[in-house]
Amino acid sequence: MSIQPTSGCTDTPVLRERGQREVFCGLTGIIWLHRKMQDAFFLVVGSRTCAHLLQSAAGVMIFAEPRFGTAILEEKDLAGMADANAELDREVARLLERRPDIRQLFLVGSCPSEVIKLDLSRAAERLSEVHAPRVRVLNYSGSGIETTFTEGEDACLASMVPALPGTEARELLMVGALPDVVEDQALALLEQIGVGPVRCLPAKRAELDAAIGPNTRYALTQPFLGDTHAALQRRGAQRIAAPFPFGAEGTTLWLKAVAAEFGIGPDKVDAVVAAPRARAEKAIAAAAATLQGKRVFFMPDSQLEIPLARFLTRECGMQAVEISTPFLHAELHRPELELIARGPTISEGQDVDLQLDRVRATRPDLTICGLGLANPLEAEGLATKWAIELVFTPVHFYEQAGDLAALFARPLRRREILRSSHPNRMEAAE
Amino acid sequence: MKLAVWTYEGPPHVGAMRVATGMRDLHMVLHAPQGDTYADLLFTMIERRDHRPPVSYTTFQARDLGADTAGLFMTAARDAHARFAPQALLVAASCTAELIQDDPGGLAETMGLPVPVIPLELPSYQRKENFGADEAFLQLCRALARPMERTERVTCNIIGPTALGFRHRDDLAEITGLLSEMGVEVNVAAPMGATPADIARMGQAHFNVLLYPETAESAARWLEKEHGQPFTRIIPIGANATRAFIEEVRALSGSTLPVDESRLRLPWWAASVDSTYLTGKRVFLFGDGTHVMAAAKVARDEMGFEVCGMGCYNREQARPMRALAKEFGLTALITDDYLDVEAAIEEAAPEMILGTQMERHIGKRLGIPCAVISAPVHVQDFPARYSPQMGFEGANVLFDTWVHPLVMGLEEHLLVMFREDFEFHDAAGPSHHGAKAQPLPTGATAAHAAADEGGSMPPPAAPPSPDSIVWLGCAERELKKIPFFVRGKARRNTEKFAGEKGLREITVDTLYEAKAHYAR
Ligand code: SF4
Repeated sequence: MSIQPTSGCTDTPVLRERGQREVFCGLTGIIWLHRKMQDAFFLVVGSRTCAHLLQSAAGVMIFAEPRFGTAILEEKDLAGMADANAELDREVARLLERRPDIRQLFLVGSCPSEVIKLDLSRAAERLSEVHAPRVRVLNYSGSGIETTFTEGEDACLASMVPALPGTEARELLMVGALPDVVEDQALALLEQIGVGPVRCLPAKRAELDAAIGPNTRYALTQPFLGDTHAALQRRGAQRIAAPFPFGAEGTTLWLKAVAAEFGIGPDKVDAVVAAPRARAEKAIAAAAATLQGKRVFFMPDSQLEIPLARFLTRECGMQAVEISTPFLHAELHRPELELIARGPTISEGQDVDLQLDRVRATRPDLTICGLGLANPLEAEGLATKWAIELVFTPVHFYEQAGDLAALFARPLRRREILRSSHPNRMEAAE
Repeated sequence: MKLAVWTYEGPPHVGAMRVATGMRDLHMVLHAPQGDTYADLLFTMIERRDHRPPVSYTTFQARDLGADTAGLFMTAARDAHARFAPQALLVAASCTAELIQDDPGGLAETMGLPVPVIPLELPSYQRKENFGADEAFLQLCRALARPMERTERVTCNIIGPTALGFRHRDDLAEITGLLSEMGVEVNVAAPMGATPADIARMGQAHFNVLLYPETAESAARWLEKEHGQPFTRIIPIGANATRAFIEEVRALSGSTLPVDESRLRLPWWAASVDSTYLTGKRVFLFGDGTHVMAAAKVARDEMGFEVCGMGCYNREQARPMRALAKEFGLTALITDDYLDVEAAIEEAAPEMILGTQMERHIGKRLGIPCAVISAPVHVQDFPARYSPQMGFEGANVLFDTWVHPLVMGLEEHLLVMFREDFEFHDAAGPSHHGAKAQPLPTGATAAHAAADEGGSMPPPAAPPSPDSIVWLGCAERELKKIPFFVRGKARRNTEKFAGEKGLREITVDTLYEAKAHYAR
């Protein structure tokens, strides 16, 4: 694997935009976090809007009784603070009584709870005392005035860090909520390479929580974990800088960086990963046939945009037109930007109408965007991929690399198949 | 504070968006944080709209709060006007903006925009989606509808259909066609498809046809008072109601033209012998008030079902709902807590549910078939084909949709005859549905296997006296031989019978004595 001798996009000036944003708030992360942490309940303290967002983002009711809910503030709660706290205590008590399986409760702040300055950290302390030791109560903000989409997971994980026990042990902490199947694959690879012991944040259940300290080394699997990264540093743990484990190349570089930190050379890694890496490359090549030479435009959604643009341009032969992210964490993204060839516009933030003007002007072959924009763009003859699918689908590490490429190839293949009947035939056929 | 897991209605600004998105050349500026833009996907994904809803969100952030959120609002309003050049602008606040009290209406007024600016008061912490739609449409009418000469020929407005409504698109087409058959032209249909200029000329119509009280009753009342336009009270869902609606329109319009009923099939489909098996099927209805009240009458009078429970989630319709339920000998369930609805359904143990997407999930959990009759909607509620609920074609659609989840006519008898056949056992489900029948464990008879797995119908939540009455093994096994879709009723009846007779144990004999006792 050759890294091009260039500083890539690190010096490209970033286009910063501030205008109307078309992106979810951090509450959305609850949809995948509650599946990952099997003994956790996420209680949003918010409005009917927050409840409606969760339900709409989850695609109506998937599960009869999910481990999340919204304590909807009503007129009388807004009148006096004492009331709101008492009401919250009552709702929590009732909930925990009905759900004896719950060991961790997250009080999740929303825009309304923050604007009325309902102090959820005090509430969490108070409720922890009442319900300890059975239930640990934590709090974080998933509000739209503070967080964007995946930043909700970041805020959640960051809230867990101060509560983790201390240790002097030299251990690897793998940080980011991954689907179990992906997490198991990663752990198996690390074990074969000889890295260990390995812990995960978040753990599947509270009793499996990692301990951390000055000898902890951690590697992020998701690019949006800036606050978690800062919280871990405050506990003395040290980050292993690496590109993120997307695609065959990203996964290999990530594993090598981790291995190096644990005194294991690249040859050992190459030997261990030879077979899965070859499988990944073969699977990517199948989808890359469709993606080769196509132009891609990333709207800002998940902060996965930069690593995915690196994957699509380097391993799938695509050209990036614009790579836009809601927030660009310079330190975490540096290893990624170094790998991306100069050319694309790199932008941070959004003014959605201006950005749509750029999409229409450049007419990319594929636009990665939110659910609200996908069909309108398709109707204009522009193929799209929903950003939310990238966080709902297993896409990390070798065995998923082909699936990741296929996610982008599918809309293009579909347009090709429907060519003769597509309502926007002219554009589809050009 | 109230814990909600799933909600039937969104916040009021989503209702206002349904009005704005249904219309043309109207734009809405919503003072709201970025996450509230999720509402766009309701329209672009669920309804598959090919345009973004005409809504600009100010997307203020925490750092703006101390500074200048009002300035942000004014910039957004000015940009929206410049970019989209609407004929009128709606301005509103979402739940968060309501708390920071920027007064979007007042701000917009000071800006001197060259189009009418209509401020909406949407109390997010008290009201919900339907209120928001009703209020937005009322304010549009108040601001724009001018007194005008009546048209020479008799015309009416059709009011109520919005974006994201349950079958509004097709109801509007069906009722427009029906009125045209009667020689009544539609002056304006609104909100769906109307521009602000169309709203301005609503006063030309002789009367209004109100299709959905949920979204347009306030406007109908205001138009009646201010513009002297009477409005129709009958919701034309079902054959009987459609005929009554035709009479109502005749009275308002003086039309004497005959209406062709030849494409109305529901009455004969229901009367034909294959439908005998529908007799007395116990159905539970839940949804918005309008659809439930109409469907209850169709269920009882046109399908021959027995209505065993009904209710609605919108309190605005609680009063007429209670009155109708009373007429049916029932107590209406008025709640927006789906757990309450689930408990009531479990208790009533119906053979079918006519409900919303929520009840479809409840039905799945309880093993009760469900047909959807009302919002909240899901992508499945926007079929590609023409599929109205109203008018004569709507009646045909009701018949098909309500019968579809059930086991069909003769198949029910075959199920009883061959109940121990491996393909006909309980878990197999209706044969015209795709799901694969679960094979029974080899060597076990259907009855035993069903007994082992506890059957597909859960025991009722509150059996008459659960502690004092015991099912003996033989009776329990016999009960399992009864087809699953009537088993709930058999269990309840037997327990009730045993309770009345003061029995402590239920034997096979008790089961059949009860059956004879309740036979009709
Ligand atoms: S943006 Fe704020 S008010 Fe809207 S859903 Fe998210 S947390 Fe709730």
